[in-house]
Amino acid sequence: MTINRRGFIKANAIAAAAAVAGVSVPAIASNLITSSDMTKLKWDKAPCRFCGTGCSVNVGVMDGKVVATHGDIKSPVNKGLNCVKGYFLSKIMYGKDRLTTPLLRMTNGKYDKEGEFAPISWDKAFDIMAEKAKDALKKDGPKAVGMFGSGQWTVQEGYAAVKLMKAGFRSNNIDPNARHCMASAVGGFMRTFGIDEPMGCYDDLEAADAFVLWGSNMAEMHPILWTRLTDRRLSSPHVKVAVLSTFEHRSFDLADNGMIFTPQTDLAILNYIANYIIKTDRVNKDFVSKHTNFRLGETDIGYGLRPEHPLEQAAKNNGKTAGSSTPIDFDEYAKFVSTYTVEYVSKLSGVPEHKLEALAELYADPKIKVTSFWTMGFNQHTRGVWANNLVYNIHLLTGKISTPGNSPFSLTGQPSACGTAREVGTFSHRLPADMVVTNPKHRATAEKTWDLPEGTIPPKPGYHAVLQTRMLKDGKLNFYWVQCNNNMQAGANINEEAYPGYRNPKNFIVVSDPYPTVTAQAADLILPTAMWVEKEGVYGNAERRTQSWYQMVEAPTGAKSDLWQLVEFSKRFAIEDVWPEELIAKKPEVRGKTLFDVLYKDSSVGKFSLDEVPEDRLNDDARDFGFYIQKGLFEEYATFGRGHAHDLAPYDTYHKERGLRWPVVNGKETKWRFKEGSDPYVKAGSGWDFYGHKDGRARIFALPYEPAAESPDEEYDLWLSTGRVLEHWHSGSMTQRVPELYKAMPDALVYMHPDDAKKRGMRRGDLVKLISRRGEVQTRVETRGRNKPPIGLVFMPWFDASRLVNKVTLDATDPLSKQTDFKKCAIKIVKV
Amino acid sequence: MKKINLAVIASLLVLAVLPMMYSLNANAADKETVNSLATLRDHTPIDVQKEPNRIPKVINKDIKQGRNYPMQPPVIPHTTRSYEVNKYNNKCMSCHSRHRTEKSQAPMVSVTHFMNRDGNFLAEISPRRYFCNQCHVTQLDAEPLVENTFTDMHSLMNEKSKAKSEEH
Repeated sequence: MTINRRGFIKANAIAAAAAVAGVSVPAIASNLITSSDMTKLKWDKAPCRFCGTGCSVNVGVMDGKVVATHGDIKSPVNKGLNCVKGYFLSKIMYGKDRLTTPLLRMTNGKYDKEGEFAPISWDKAFDIMAEKAKDALKKDGPKAVGMFGSGQWTVQEGYAAVKLMKAGFRSNNIDPNARHCMASAVGGFMRTFGIDEPMGCYDDLEAADAFVLWGSNMAEMHPILWTRLTDRRLSSPHVKVAVLSTFEHRSFDLADNGMIFTPQTDLAILNYIANYIIKTDRVNKDFVSKHTNFRLGETDIGYGLRPEHPLEQAAKNNGKTAGSSTPIDFDEYAKFVSTYTVEYVSKLSGVPEHKLEALAELYADPKIKVTSFWTMGFNQHTRGVWANNLVYNIHLLTGKISTPGNSPFSLTGQPSACGTAREVGTFSHRLPADMVVTNPKHRATAEKTWDLPEGTIPPKPGYHAVLQTRMLKDGKLNFYWVQCNNNMQAGANINEEAYPGYRNPKNFIVVSDPYPTVTAQAADLILPTAMWVEKEGVYGNAERRTQSWYQMVEAPTGAKSDLWQLVEFSKRFAIEDVWPEELIAKKPEVRGKTLFDVLYKDSSVGKFSLDEVPEDRLNDDARDFGFYIQKGLFEEYATFGRGHAHDLAPYDTYHKERGLRWPVVNGKETKWRFKEGSDPYVKAGSGWDFYGHKDGRARIFALPYEPAAESPDEEYDLWLSTGRVLEHWHSGSMTQRVPELYKAMPDALVYMHPDDAKKRGMRRGDLVKLISRRGEVQTRVETRGRNKPPIGLVFMPWFDASRLVNKVTLDATDPLSKQTDFKKCAIKIVKV
Repeated sequence: MKKINLAVIASLLVLAVLPMMYSLNANAADKETVNSLATLRDHTPIDVQKEPNRIPKVINKDIKQGRNYPMQPPVIPHTTRSYEVNKYNNKCMSCHSRHRTEKSQAPMVSVTHFMNRDGNFLAEISPRRYFCNQCHVTQLDAEPLVENTFTDMHSLMNEKSKAKSEEH
């Protein structure tokens, strides 16, 4: 029976009348429970499990279950608000298909790559894992083992993983999925400033006069920051919002200047703005002469494809020198950008000249405080590091940086992309606190902190994310452990690379996840995993805010945290299994010990006793290992950054605070880095000090527009951009299991311009196939709704496990950051 | 122990009968939820694809849905197609704002929506709450792929209350 609003009101009016007349009321109404021992909820704070905004939520627990969540009023990030996903956090742990036992592919009770998944014990699971890892190490050495981690790992998990891989197995083949997310941002920071992560903070949102969104759809992807931006724009009418994208989306609802540009031409627009600033004589000469210098970057650097690809064959500088640059002066730089005139760039980008000029004026006008935001539009870009460098250029030319409201701000997509992936250094080339494996001094520092012999950490960077899948396919990476991510759904070109890689008979693939994801489906062994408030941890958000939480509920029986899995697994290796005799000889006392002893228990990680775990707190991991492992890992890790501009507060402080922004010096957090008065590391009298570089100067780079790796042609006649949606977080493995979120956005559709649909004889709802040179995916056509692509471009989100758009995408990467460009490839669409 | 019922990696053999299996699997998926794999893919192997279902319709019955807990933003029980919410217009407020609800009989936006960042009440909806669609979503007529076992605090309280009254 269907009932409309009018019918419903009518039916209820009768009930209401009956009640007034004294007719019996339903039992439930007279039975309100008010006794406080019944209604009391135990509330505790935790950072949100989803994006990099880092909202704090209050989590309500009753009888061992999370029964409610709401935005934390005490958090400076979100002040009581959540987005729709955040409001449904209470339900993400309760999908009925939670994994509760390890599952191994078996035939007749024995491991078989082609077998079916069957339950086994944790003990048996570690047996086969250790056997396969040892086989790989024995056969081909440390380069045959690898790990793919996450910006969703807690800080402690990431740190434990780095130690296990880089010191224990002596392999740098560890990379986070954050490689897909913000490696280009890291590259940009390191190149321009010599130190990673934003100088500004979210306080810029209430101070800026203008906001520019570069390819970012904050309305859907960073909703709480968007509410702060909206608050600022609507409550202060002088504030202006400029939005740039390759298609129209929800952030355009607030735009004063909305601009649709042809993919890849953002590089030219950025150079045009620099040129405009110079031509209109608005360079902040004092700032530029004191705090910057100019470099000419290498060009024609290729597209990060396999070496045999024609584009790599054609590229002149795609080798080791791709990131190099030479000093130039201001005049040379001015000459370099002078070709980016408004006429040329308008023609190239498709953005009308007056809109470009209005945009440039926001940056050029010395009276306007401007904040730039970007995420995947810049970072998932075959010239992503360049795009980051170029936006810093315009903030540096005008001196609009590191002061309230003047802020080039790189947003992040994962809750601890900054805290874990970047700060801990879970990348194949990195160590904690911005150090790198290629630097002998950095390796020595890490070996000293870890109390390990010189030469433990290998000097060569390991396989990065995309290279890992290629090496799996080529049979060179044979033991592979995936934690806290869903790369079979999230990685590009899975048809040609990841899927054959995982299923290569030479390889053994382990996937840890709370739920049976697409990646788990492709694995050989699946480990059931505890998540979020089922464990204790620390996350670091996009504004350098470090936040901790306690374990609040038990994980389902059988599920274990990523940290427990990593550390428990280390017990399976004697030092003799993994280190050569000459290394052991340098530190004979490790002889006969396990990796668990050497890396965790007997190191400074093991020095905090269980007495420090508050008695009324669960902490399954600590109680299981017999020491306060989360504190030990955090404190040891923190020694890397203290005194080196990455200072963290003592661990216990974070359990009391709603997070603190590093560097935390003398108990005080830092809001704006590099500015005298707000950053304790800035030299007195300098004004600004970009201390990441030895000369204290930031670098302005001359870098050109270069075309995308693949553009539409006659046959593959459309640009495909992929991306996220508001209602689901990334691959949807948590949010698709929340009925309200699922029903809000059940399927990934392809958003098309109505004329593009009409031209192909298609209508809304038609079943179609998206075909690229690499694969195909079917979905339905959407010609209306929140996204309005221009003619020639389509958008399809990747949250939908049943419609894998990454069968179609291209695994071209930025040659500098190794981050994939998920925003640009050429496809055709046909009716099914 | 029970083996997991699952068409794992597509063997070419299976491909021939796949179109038939899909409909069978769709039913199997409802029953087989605990620890079965590829739940969100309806047990479909990675290198094949189940035919995408039609775009579901927005539920437009105007019947309020229950909330999982008091702080949950209510879902929207009607279609919002071509509702403009931009810096010039907010169509939602033409029914849900304080001075429109008498006419519309729609629920008034919660009092929290009048509070600014510092918790002070404003004379009108706070601009930080301006874009309704950040928290409130319509529901499509689609059957969830996986059941959710979230427990309502109310049922926990009732159980305890019942247990207590039985003690006496």
